[in-house]
Amino acid sequence: MRMLKAPSMLISDRLLSPVLQKVEAVGRTTAKWVDSLGFGTSLLYQSVFWLCLGGRRKQQVRLAPVVSQMMEVGIRALPIISLVSITIGLMLAIQGIHALKDFGAEHQVTFGVSLSVVREFAPLITGILIAGRSGSAFAARLSTMMINNEVDALRVMGINPVRFLLVPSLVAMMVMVPSLTLWADIVALLGAGLYITTALGISMGTYFAQTIMYLGTDDVLHGLGKSLVFGMLITLIGMISGSSVTGGAEGVGHVTTRAVVHSILAIILADLLIVFLLTR
Amino acid sequence: MTTSLSESAPLIEVTNLTTHYGSRQILNGISLTVNKGEVMVIMGGSGSGKSTLLRHLIGLERPTGGCITLLGQDIGNMTEHEMTKFYRKVGVAFQGGALFSSMTVGENIMLPLREHTKLDQKTMEIMVRLKLEVVNLAGFEKLMPSELSGGMLKRAAFARAVIMDPVLLFCDEPSAGLDPVVSSSLDELILRLRDALDMTIVVVTHELESAFRIADRITVLDKGDILTIGSVTDVRASDNKRIQDLLNRHFEEEILDPDEYLARLTGEPSDTFSHA
Repeated sequence: MRMLKAPSMLISDRLLSPVLQKVEAVGRTTAKWVDSLGFGTSLLYQSVFWLCLGGRRKQQVRLAPVVSQMMEVGIRALPIISLVSITIGLMLAIQGIHALKDFGAEHQVTFGVSLSVVREFAPLITGILIAGRSGSAFAARLSTMMINNEVDALRVMGINPVRFLLVPSLVAMMVMVPSLTLWADIVALLGAGLYITTALGISMGTYFAQTIMYLGTDDVLHGLGKSLVFGMLITLIGMISGSSVTGGAEGVGHVTTRAVVHSILAIILADLLIVFLLTR
Repeated sequence: MTTSLSESAPLIEVTNLTTHYGSRQILNGISLTVNKGEVMVIMGGSGSGKSTLLRHLIGLERPTGGCITLLGQDIGNMTEHEMTKFYRKVGVAFQGGALFSSMTVGENIMLPLREHTKLDQKTMEIMVRLKLEVVNLAGFEKLMPSELSGGMLKRAAFARAVIMDPVLLFCDEPSAGLDPVVSSSLDELILRLRDALDMTIVVVTHELESAFRIADRITVLDKGDILTIGSVTDVRASDNKRIQDLLNRHFEEEILDPDEYLARLTGEPSDTFSHA
């Protein structure tokens, strides 16, 4: 009887019952998720460390890459965020008036639209768009750098890769995602206003006065707070996915897709959790 | 952990270095020294462990056992902060160049200066131009890495590796994938760097011509073991069959037991498929 030394070779799948195979698969997946969670926490801790204490280690986080990342993840995303937000605003207004008309309450549409845009739609849509746009870019950039030994090159130059690659992106995201969400709030409310003012025959001034009356500071902060969490999640998941690359170009494509899917999933679950904790 | 380094002491001292990935042994108790001002070539076929040895020497991987002392410091016991400081004395030129594609050649070469010094922009630009001059790439600082040929990329990587005037320079496969003329010019560059900048250089390669051209001493690795360490003449004159095979570019096919080969492919004992 030969002894096969590699751990994966010790147990043959054929010897396991289908149930045990399922249990094993669940165990492996769970272990991977826990591993990623631990890695993400470690990345976050290191990011905070370099951000706060980098100067003492003569490795301060530089402003130029942060600004450059802010341009990339924020300013260049403005057109798509604006387009999607105005569309969402218009759709909410149309659907809202249609639903409320049955009760003769279409004049209350501003209340429903403004709250749903500011508390839910703007942060969620912004988060999902940024996950697709920047989360994928982070994963693709890091994975390509890993394959080309660029991360190793950073380390042997005495440059901490977390400080150099992750922190600027994280800071940029945590500033720009809430900023984009605020922009999405304004544009979506404007889009809704365009339809509501026409449909209900009220002026834009009246519409915005109603909106300001209905919305409290806590509603705006609720949305912005969530977007801050989304920004952090997108960055960390992009980096975790990028750093797990194996193989060549195919591997880059794989981790990029995974970054987007996991980011969107994380955003929705985090949204649910925050809403559950803060809204009931 | 720092110890004083005497003039005659070797700059690199590897003692009984062992490493394995899972159950696979990669390096089996490697011991070697590299003296000041020397070009040491680490040579071997694919899978001999030379790239793994290099990754250990530059601190990218921690060994399972043994000790690596560079410039009198045991790199196995260094903290991240100590390693960061230590890396300022070491340059590494990676096989593919590993230049950052989002930066120009000049920005790539300037990066270590920007990160580790407080020099003003003008001084850094002058230093970059000087190093580009040394590697025969004068005037290329504004180009992007994607606009350079393979040989130019390696030259630019050399320029970045030596921008901080390191004491030790490590080169991973400098001639790989290059035509003989470009390969030969890179060999000359390595020798020029040693002579002009007084560096100690470790080169990992599988190119025999290149190794013989630049080496003061050669370490020949095979399956994680050192076959020999010696001068070019010593290595050429060696009567070790594996070394002669390597020099004559004759590699023995691994003789496989069919059962073992099948088990390796399937991950199961081959009896599973036998009819007996």
